[in-house]
Amino acid sequence: MTAGQLPRWVDYGLMPALNVAAAFLVSGLVVLLIGENPVEAVKVLVWGSLGWNEGIGFTLFYATNFIFTGLAVAIAFHAGLFNIGGEGQAYLGGLGVALACLALDRYVPWWVTLPFAVAGAAAFGAAWAFIPAILQAKRGSHVVITTIMFNFIAASLMVYLLVNLLSKRGSMQPETRTFESGGRLPLLQDVLPGTNFGSAPVNFSFLLALAACLLVWVIVWRTRLGYEIRTFGANPVAAVYAGISPLRITVVTMLMSGGLAGMMAINEIMGSQHRLLIEFVSGYGFVGIAVALMGRAHPVGIVFAAILFGMLYQGGAELAFEMPAITRDMIVVIQGLVILFAGALEHMFRPALLRIFGVLAARPAPAA
Amino acid sequence: MSDQLAIELVGVDKRFGQVHANKDIHLKVKKGSIHGIVGENGAGKSTLMSILYGFYHADSGEIRVDGRKVSIPSSQAAIALGIGMVHQHFMLVENFTVLENVILGAEGGALLAGGMSKARAELKRLADDYDLKVDPDALIEDLPVGLQQRVEILKALFRSADILILDEPTGVLTPAEADHLFRILRVLRDEGKTVLLITHKLREIMAVTDEVSVMRRGEIVATRQTSKTSMGELAELMVGRRVLLEVEKGPAQPGRPVLTVENLTVRDARGVDVVRNVSLEVRAGEIVGIAGVSGNGQSELLEAIAGIRAVISGTVTVDGTRVDLTQGGTDPAAMRGLGLAHVPEDRHRMGLVTRFPECENAILGYHRDPAYGRGPFLDFDRIRKAAKTEIEKYDIRPAECMLKTANFSGGNQQKIVLAREIERDPVILLVGQPTRGVDIGAIEFIHKRIVALRDAGKGVLLVSVELDEIRALADRVLVMFDGKVVGERAPETAESELGLLMAGASGQEAAE
Repeated sequence: MTAGQLPRWVDYGLMPALNVAAAFLVSGLVVLLIGENPVEAVKVLVWGSLGWNEGIGFTLFYATNFIFTGLAVAIAFHAGLFNIGGEGQAYLGGLGVALACLALDRYVPWWVTLPFAVAGAAAFGAAWAFIPAILQAKRGSHVVITTIMFNFIAASLMVYLLVNLLSKRGSMQPETRTFESGGRLPLLQDVLPGTNFGSAPVNFSFLLALAACLLVWVIVWRTRLGYEIRTFGANPVAAVYAGISPLRITVVTMLMSGGLAGMMAINEIMGSQHRLLIEFVSGYGFVGIAVALMGRAHPVGIVFAAILFGMLYQGGAELAFEMPAITRDMIVVIQGLVILFAGALEHMFRPALLRIFGVLAARPAPAA
Repeated sequence: MSDQLAIELVGVDKRFGQVHANKDIHLKVKKGSIHGIVGENGAGKSTLMSILYGFYHADSGEIRVDGRKVSIPSSQAAIALGIGMVHQHFMLVENFTVLENVILGAEGGALLAGGMSKARAELKRLADDYDLKVDPDALIEDLPVGLQQRVEILKALFRSADILILDEPTGVLTPAEADHLFRILRVLRDEGKTVLLITHKLREIMAVTDEVSVMRRGEIVATRQTSKTSMGELAELMVGRRVLLEVEKGPAQPGRPVLTVENLTVRDARGVDVVRNVSLEVRAGEIVGIAGVSGNGQSELLEAIAGIRAVISGTVTVDGTRVDLTQGGTDPAAMRGLGLAHVPEDRHRMGLVTRFPECENAILGYHRDPAYGRGPFLDFDRIRKAAKTEIEKYDIRPAECMLKTANFSGGNQQKIVLAREIERDPVILLVGQPTRGVDIGAIEFIHKRIVALRDAGKGVLLVSVELDEIRALADRVLVMFDGKVVGERAPETAESELGLLMAGASGQEAAE
């Protein structure tokens, strides 16, 4: 038996916690360097994101976006694919949502529109991932390259559509008309009695995001398809031996990944903006990579990581307001550090933990 | 051989969690001797050597090198003490020259030129002293495996190693290359070096060592002078019970053909035909062995029949159903559906997903089987139950179906693959290198299973580079050379004749 195993709670709980703590420690030093009190900064950040109802509401609203984009990256990870096109796929997903809402909002209630909007978001996001997928599976063009290029194509395409085809007649704004009530999701506080998130936009999509987590868990760990995805991701040669088609797994996984990324638009477009507008994705797709890394590509981990990033977004905004010396860019630095420690330096603490738990595990052995 | 000790281990003990890998090891290795360490996989040989080479730290105990008590916290420390290691998997940079590889990590300064010319002179001296000739300017990737290993030995000697540890050195060598290695080891010994040879092949122990220590379950159970022991005794010590080194099997009773291969040609990525127009037949109730030196197309033949590898031409008939492999025939799932099971040559690369728990590997390739779930879902209760049955039947240890597969020993990993493929009750089983890297106790077991499958009226197509294994198991032997089947012989045929066929001699030449 090799010495490479840690208890699951250490692998999935303690280690990410240590990584985040290290990131905050270094961030604290940066805050100190620019002449602010790091303890105060943390207080503002935590209070701003968790200390009051509206703050919590905003945190959960951002977290909803991150859950979807994080799941998108995670499911591709399991197949050994690195989909960094979440940004573009979410953008296109917005088109799917908007088309459903624009078509139906005047005639039916939101809960009738929602399934069509979900289908539209998933279908458009998936379609945007399909071309890179087929290029990888048939031609070997690496998805890292193609998906990132497709982000740019998506941006240009959406500008064209919004400026030339979808904007209100006579308006200079590159955005669609505002949806009527049939194209608006209810706020979470209206769905869950007893909750109050002030004027925060957190809405029904949060529940959808949690459902998506469950769905991804079931697909990856409880279905034959998920088994094939994991096999292909862990050992492509063994997958071929087992009769698993690389083409099929690559395409199917990328479709699911793109679809999940597209779902992010439900929260932004149908849940908050109530219209399709330019650049509404604004980096959520990319942060999804960090969320997936930090959440160890597991849905439960992704929920926690998404909430952490939601805190950074919301608390960071409060921080920039309370401490003018700490600008928006400073928040990006902190996010960057979290990504660095959670993602890139993921295994920094592993050797030490292995040693500690090796000793702990050896101790009760004589009794056993 | 002198009576001075090169290495002495006193009470070395090492645990990994619940696993007691090395228990109170006492070992004396005499200076200027070749000392063998044998034991089954998982007996603790590799852990012990890793402690000696500074990869692991012993929990307790003492290491003495040349009579002095030392501590070895890292491999650098081991090198400084004159201990060199030749790993089972070579640690060479493929696109560097021999010389560059030898000086890697010992360049001797910021500028290369000086170190290079010194190293070149040193290599020449080593080559003369120890009969270790390698072209210093050859690229590693152009060298055959035997020569690559020689470079590893040179690396150690260049770092002035006096004690050389070799971990399963012959696993990748042809018999002739192995013989040459043994000659080198004897020269090294005669020049005063000490060699520690770790292996599970008793034949090698008998051929080359002076003394041998046997490990079982983390303990050294015996140390013998090689000249005063026998393979039988060592095998018994290793396994802890009497072992049959021969395979017991009655005469074959071949029935209908269950596998017919016609005109199979396979071209590899370089555009070389690696299998050339091969036709063969396997009948129910017989084992057909394919002998040949590694790399003569046997691997590709098996993979093509299993539907994994694209072919230029050829058809395969399994149990009466004919499949044209050129017409979208490369579908391993479809071949499995016809009753063809396949134990691939390389269990790590192909046969297992080592990251998965055991039970998930027990369904690899059969995960679409309705028995393992309903509709698109897998039922892990049923999967675990099935895995547990196989674990029991094949005595897979540890009997933990949720344990990560990478944590099983080589022999037990092989049993996982065999259990999976044999328990599916195939009409024809393809087996590649069934006992490569597998210990003696497990070899006996695996051979018995394969014979039992034959006796149950199934066909077996066996590929092995171990001629002994082919001769022991097969009812008919086909010899492959350069992609072609160059002859069919009875397993009783003299080893020398088979050897000549394997080396490319024509049938007539071989018979003479």
